[in-house]
Amino acid sequence: MSAIATPAAEFQKHALTLAAAQSATIAQHNNSPAWMTTLREQGAADFARTPWPGRKTEQWKYTSLQSLQDFVAADWGAALVPAAGHEAVTTGSAVSSALLSFDATRLVFVDGVFDARASDALPSGMTLFSLADDAASKIIADNLGRVAGSVDAARRNLFSMLNNAWTRDGLLVHLPRSVTLEKPLYIAHVSSAAPANTEATVANQRVLVVMEEGSSAQIVEHYIASTPGQAAFVNALTEIQLGNNASLHHTRLNMEDEALSHVGAVHLNLQRDARFHGFTIAEGSRLKRIDYQMNHCGQGAELNLDGVYLARNKQLVDYHTTIEHRVPNGTSKEVFRGIIGDKARAVFNGRIHIHKDAQKTLAELNNRNLLTSNSAEIDTKPELEIYADDVRCAHGATISQLDETALYYLQSRGISPAQARVMLSFGFINELLQGLPHEDIKTALGTHLSALFAADRAFVSDGDVRDAAESA
Amino acid sequence: MLEINKLNAQVEDKQILHDLSLNIKAGEVHAIMGPNGSGKSTLGNVLTGRDGYEVLSGDITFNGKNLLDMGIEERAREGMFLAFQYPVEIPGVSNMEFLKAAVDARRKHQGLEELSSFDFMKLARDTSKNVSLDPSFLKRGVNEGFSGGEKKRNEIMQMMLLEPSLCILDETDSGLDIDALQVVASGVNAMRNSERSFIVVTHYQRLLDFIVPDYVHVLAGGKIVKSGDKELARELEAKGYGWLEGEVA
Repeated sequence: MSAIATPAAEFQKHALTLAAAQSATIAQHNNSPAWMTTLREQGAADFARTPWPGRKTEQWKYTSLQSLQDFVAADWGAALVPAAGHEAVTTGSAVSSALLSFDATRLVFVDGVFDARASDALPSGMTLFSLADDAASKIIADNLGRVAGSVDAARRNLFSMLNNAWTRDGLLVHLPRSVTLEKPLYIAHVSSAAPANTEATVANQRVLVVMEEGSSAQIVEHYIASTPGQAAFVNALTEIQLGNNASLHHTRLNMEDEALSHVGAVHLNLQRDARFHGFTIAEGSRLKRIDYQMNHCGQGAELNLDGVYLARNKQLVDYHTTIEHRVPNGTSKEVFRGIIGDKARAVFNGRIHIHKDAQKTLAELNNRNLLTSNSAEIDTKPELEIYADDVRCAHGATISQLDETALYYLQSRGISPAQARVMLSFGFINELLQGLPHEDIKTALGTHLSALFAADRAFVSDGDVRDAAESA
Repeated sequence: MLEINKLNAQVEDKQILHDLSLNIKAGEVHAIMGPNGSGKSTLGNVLTGRDGYEVLSGDITFNGKNLLDMGIEERAREGMFLAFQYPVEIPGVSNMEFLKAAVDARRKHQGLEELSSFDFMKLARDTSKNVSLDPSFLKRGVNEGFSGGEKKRNEIMQMMLLEPSLCILDETDSGLDIDALQVVASGVNAMRNSERSFIVVTHYQRLLDFIVPDYVHVLAGGKIVKSGDKELARELEAKGYGWLEGEVA
């Protein structure tokens, strides 16, 4: 009998075994550029020496990784290693119907592997890591990991390291100087049903967006599962480099169901006068953890991030956002709203760090939550660290209830109290939906969510939960 | 239409209305005037059934039914409409969605079919033009960012869409400039007919130049101290409310 390993050590061991097996397979196929080999090796080494987070790890204080550790029990031995050929991958009709339909360039990835048959042709400037020519390889090598690399070492993301270790492919979106992407880019990240010999799917998803000076684009990333109730672990990483005066609308839709664990991150660098308008939404599952790491690297950049999270049953959603104002004259506005019902939990940790040189920074952070059951829980923590003396900064977090006057107003027009509560609860998040740049997505999301609100009382406040609380 | 008989009502343990009686027949327009704090707004809230407005005694019959047995939404579906003094802003709920839900609820109660989205949108657009409200307001959140005048016009639009049998205008004229007042008044006048009754609650006589009432009542100290025709309003405008103080028991 060997010594009994802890579940955490067990997860790490599995993860590294998988990384090694994958590296070997990729080497066999001889389709891995040198930079990718380095990235994988470095990632595996970083991951191996980083302690597994526990309750005392600040970044994971409210989110247990127990469900991931349990996940190891399932056989996901060879899950990441590509099958005989990428062409074998194809999406079923179930997935096609889950995709949003709007006028866009559509790219579908299944478990991190490009599905050419379900996708439009790759537009100019976009390429798969595995097919990158020398020029594209150079862009990737110059930019990949740079965003994460600019973050304080202590705050580097454990799962981004694992994403590095597991990288076998990815998408490069490169916009040269002054280029405007005419159509929105719609990237669907699909987790497929587990193959017959395994119990679960592991998907490593990676996107690198490099936008040069004056370029502009709209990108929608949509995470979906092909089969309801499937067990899967998704590790998703999107890195975005916005050059001087570049502008990006980035929408991240995280709607996979209950059985799926998703750990995702968006790393963003803003150069001078760049503009980022982000929208992110997550429906809960056994584990959803999403980190936004955003850096003002050049003066005068503008950052807007709106977020929505919805958790019910025994789900968990955890958003951690960090904005680093390293330079003067930057603007940040972050608004997150959540509705938590049943025995679900949500975590929102919004950190704004204003460095001593970042004078004239304007930063706003607002988080509001509706708890619809007495067993629901929200841990919300705005975190401000300010070292510059001439800045304007506002932050607040509240646990709210539906407005009684609004309820009365709706009822006085003949609307039943039950319907009025659905309308007001949905309205609570719909306010943020209205900020989406794309009408079709707004409509598609609005339809999906209003159906969810009408069908499941978990997101509808009955007005009889805790008193409002206000944090400084 | 509406019979209020010896109504006593309180808010937060303070009695506001004392033995108030009022009888309104179909097609009549009654103005209720009175100084601040006389109970004018309380009357509107008691009639619509707002929480916190407690009826101590007395009864109210609305279209032959006991009003006090009905919930807030039931009264509305039966044809009662209160135009709010301060219409509520509801961001995130579109005006169109709100109006359709309200009209659907009323039609369903009347045994009518719900309007299709297409037909309703057309109706709503046409109606918004009748109150000089740009149809783009239908897409915005309910009253969200509307000016005072726009909010009041939105109230009148709701009234037109819901076609109530009893309309209560709670200080609809307060804060309106003369142009907005005329839009509101012509909307109300267009709806006057032999079946529909109005209670026009106001502090100022000015509104009654545009919406000419059949009866004027003065509310003071929670009861009606004087009733008359439209000439009473002019008298009040000239003399103020002071001369009636003696009438308060």
